[in-house]
Parts: sequence; C-alpha cells; structure tokens
Amino acid sequence: MEEAKQKVVEYLQGKKGKTKFYFNDFTDLFPDMKQREVKKILTALVNDGVLEFWSSGSTTMYGLKGAGNRSEVEG
Amino acid sequence: MAKHPTPMLDELEKGPWPSFVSDIKQECDNRAKNPKGLDYQIPAECPDDLLGILELSYHEGETHWKHGGIVGVFGYGGGVIGRYCDQPEKFPGVAHFHTVRLAQPAAKYYTAEYLEAICDIWDLRGSGLTNMHGSTGDIVLLGTQTPQLEEIFFEMTHKLSTDLGGSGSNLRTPESCLGISRCEFACYDSQLMCYQLTQDYQDELHRPAFPYKFKFKFDACPNGCVASIARSDFSVIGTWKDDIKIDQEAVKAYVGGEFKPNGGAHAGRDWGKFDIEAEVVGLCPTACMTYESGKLSIDNKNCTRCMHCINTMPRALKIGDERGASILVGAKAPVLDGAQMGSLLIPFIAAEEPFDEVKEVIENIWEWWMEEGKNRERLGETMKRVGFQKLLEVTGTKAVPQHVSEPRHNPYIFFKEEEVPGGWTRDIADYRKRHMR
Repeated sequence: MEEAKQKVVEYLQGKKGKTKFYFNDFTDLFPDMKQREVKKILTALVNDGVLEFWSSGSTTMYGLKGAGNRSEVEG
Repeated sequence: MAKHPTPMLDELEKGPWPSFVSDIKQECDNRAKNPKGLDYQIPAECPDDLLGILELSYHEGETHWKHGGIVGVFGYGGGVIGRYCDQPEKFPGVAHFHTVRLAQPAAKYYTAEYLEAICDIWDLRGSGLTNMHGSTGDIVLLGTQTPQLEEIFFEMTHKLSTDLGGSGSNLRTPESCLGISRCEFACYDSQLMCYQLTQDYQDELHRPAFPYKFKFKFDACPNGCVASIARSDFSVIGTWKDDIKIDQEAVKAYVGGEFKPNGGAHAGRDWGKFDIEAEVVGLCPTACMTYESGKLSIDNKNCTRCMHCINTMPRALKIGDERGASILVGAKAPVLDGAQMGSLLIPFIAAEEPFDEVKEVIENIWEWWMEEGKNRERLGETMKRVGFQKLLEVTGTKAVPQHVSEPRHNPYIFFKEEEVPGGWTRDIADYRKRHMR
C-alpha cells in the first residue's frame, strides 16, 4: 500500500500545470489493479490528508492537498 | 431597507406565481430582526448579498460564481458542494456559499420536530435558505461558510442521525416512493430496498470513483410516483407476473355509479355518468380489455402494466400476486446527449430482502461502467456509445423482444457466431442443392 501511495504522490507531483485529476487517471497508473483497489489507495491518501477532493457539484476530482492557487481563496 | 437595490429581481415578484425572490427577502427581514436572538455563525446579511450578486449577474449577463471548489467534511467526497463568489468584497455574506445535501428519510416521512431541528441548525450555521427537495430528493441546505461544515456535519449526524447525501461523481442519494406504507399498488417494499441499498453502498455514496453521477430510484409500482424511469440511471419499478385480479361485482358497482371512479378524484365538475367503455376499455394502450354482458375481461399476456384500469377502478382491479420488479437503466437529463428515458434491462426480478439479485445487477453494471465509461459520461451515454448488447453481456441477461423498443429502428441486438447453431459457416454445396445460381 505504501508503495502504491508513493506512486500516486509522485505521479501528481510530476504533473506540472495541472492540479485536478479524474479517478480514471489513477486507474491508468495501476493497469493490473481493479478499480476498487485503486479507490482504496486514494481513500487512504485522502484520510492521510495528502489528497483532497475538488468538485464542481456534478463531477469530482482528486488533487494534492493545497495544490494550485484555489486553496488560498477557497480554504 | 434592502442592502442592495434589486429592480430586475423585483420584476420576478410580479404575477400570480410564488417567487424565490420574495422568499429570500422574507429571510433577509427575518435575519435582520433575529427574533430568536441567535448568534449567527455566518454573516446575517447572507441572503441580502445573495440577492445583490444575483441582481449584478442579471445586469451583466455573467455569473459571479466560480466553478466548483474544494469540498466536504473529512473523509467525504460528496454531500457538500463548494461555492465561492468572485466579488467577495462587495458581497461578503456570500464569499462562500456552500451547499450541504442531506439524505432525506425514505419516502420523505418527517416529524415536525425533525424539520424544525434541521431549520434551527441551518438558521444558526447557514443562510436559513433551504431547498426542499433537490431533484435527487435530498434535503438541500443553501449557503454556508467553510468553518461551519464540520460543525453542521457533527450536529446532523449526532443529533439528528442524518447523513450527508450524494454529490459529484458518486452514487447519489437513493430515493423511493411511499410504497407499502400507504399504497395498495406497491409490488415490493421500495422504502426497504432504498434503505438497504443506501446502507450497503455507503462507500459509493461518500467516496467518488465513478466516471460521473449515478442515481438509483425505486418505484413500487408502474405508476412511478418518483419517476424513476426518467430520473435515474438505475430504475427499479414494481410489477407482477400473473393476472390482474378482477372483482366482477365491484366492476358492476363502478358501472352502476355505486363506487366513484379514480377514488373520487376529478370531482371538481360534473363529468357525467361513468362510462367503462370510454374511460377504461377504450383507453387501454394495448386494447387488451373487453367489457361484454356485464363482465370485464383482460388478456393479461398483452397487458403492459400501464395501471390506468387499476387506477380508475381500484376496488375492482388489483395487482397480481406474483410480485417483483423490472429494472430499467440509462435515464438522464440532457447534458452531453439529449434527455433519455430508461431502457428495460431486466423484465422481472425478485425484490425480496436482502435484495441480492438486484445488487448483483448493480455491481456488474458498475464494474463495466467504471472501466468503459469516459469521464463525465452517464451510464445511458456509455450504453448508447458501446451498445445495449454489451450491457446485456456484462449483466448476464438474455436478449428478449422487450429489449427492442422499436423494431428496425434500433436493432441493437445482434447475434454472435457462438449463439447461432452451426456458426457463420455453411455448406455451399448443400445450399446450392436447394438454390440455383
């Protein structure tokens, strides 16, 4: 699990100029895993306070906590 | 005295209709007077600033709400929708104006005390403005600020045993009709199924991982009082397999005027004597009824469960005894494609606790849609793009004629080679024995 978490964090840190990601982006990171397993990794990262949700109301995305300029205004 | 002049919004108070502008103004006055002496936890002028920012948007033809935001209470990916305005200095009362969605009690049974307790929390920690109910059926509390979210969540869950509802790419708050609690047409316990599936799918409700929203709705009979067929990705509609039960004596009583048709509805004027031919038999969409020599007959094989005859003469006609549900999938409002009604997937399924049969269908659909669905694509759209036949495959459903809504117009059921005896290859020599070149 720790290895998988690290992989997610590194992936997000490596993406420049983009701070919000669909769930599907993470399933692509783990092609051999079932979606439910990937979800468990993301849930653990949210519970650890590493990731946070962003939502338009109809769609939800994931991002590193505090990433992007939205946090200053929205926090 | 209004904080902001609102000449354009004031126009919306004219005419005979209820006006949301009048409602918000009423709350402005209430908060200014503060009759309960509350220590408002968000600015008291929140509703005034809401009117102000809306008036500005009307003048400019542009919204001043930003697109979405960081959401939620700890661990939840839905239930709170972040709303932020881009003119916070001008309208500080709506600098944040987050929406909180609460799961409504099944079939919306409340006590007055419960409603009052919700309103008390919202008066103190929110704008005082509510939307009863959102189109998913949930209790929508409009407008609060970020520091209040955990407080509201704690009070709702600990004092009122009420959880947050669904939003975003989640399973949305499931909704059911009144079902057997009040309705003799109910073919299964829709409230129980709604409650059970809400409990079983907590993870899907609160932690988003779907391509887009997903809605369940449960109608206990084909009257469809929660309109699941039009409003949900997964619609469970009660039905029966056997015959409509007919009490011929009661039919005679309707014909003779002893019983009022439609339970006495449409009584506002004199519609004349009840005419069973014109009002029931002649309106049957499949013409499967006859009334001859004082006897009503129904060709049940051709009945499509439209419910009209049963609704008109409920004392004479009763739903059958072999009860269950039909499952329809893919209904949606227009966003990408146009609006779609649900398509029949399972004509009849058992609807008994613990609802394992229904859950198996749901989980097969989710597994497929989570894999195949594009971002922001509803199940109905994936279905159309990939083909209904694929959905039959993933749910292990055998194709039946009822799956084709219009022959030759949507022939989306194709045979596969392994389904055809002998496959696609044929003995040409044998064929030529019977067919000249």
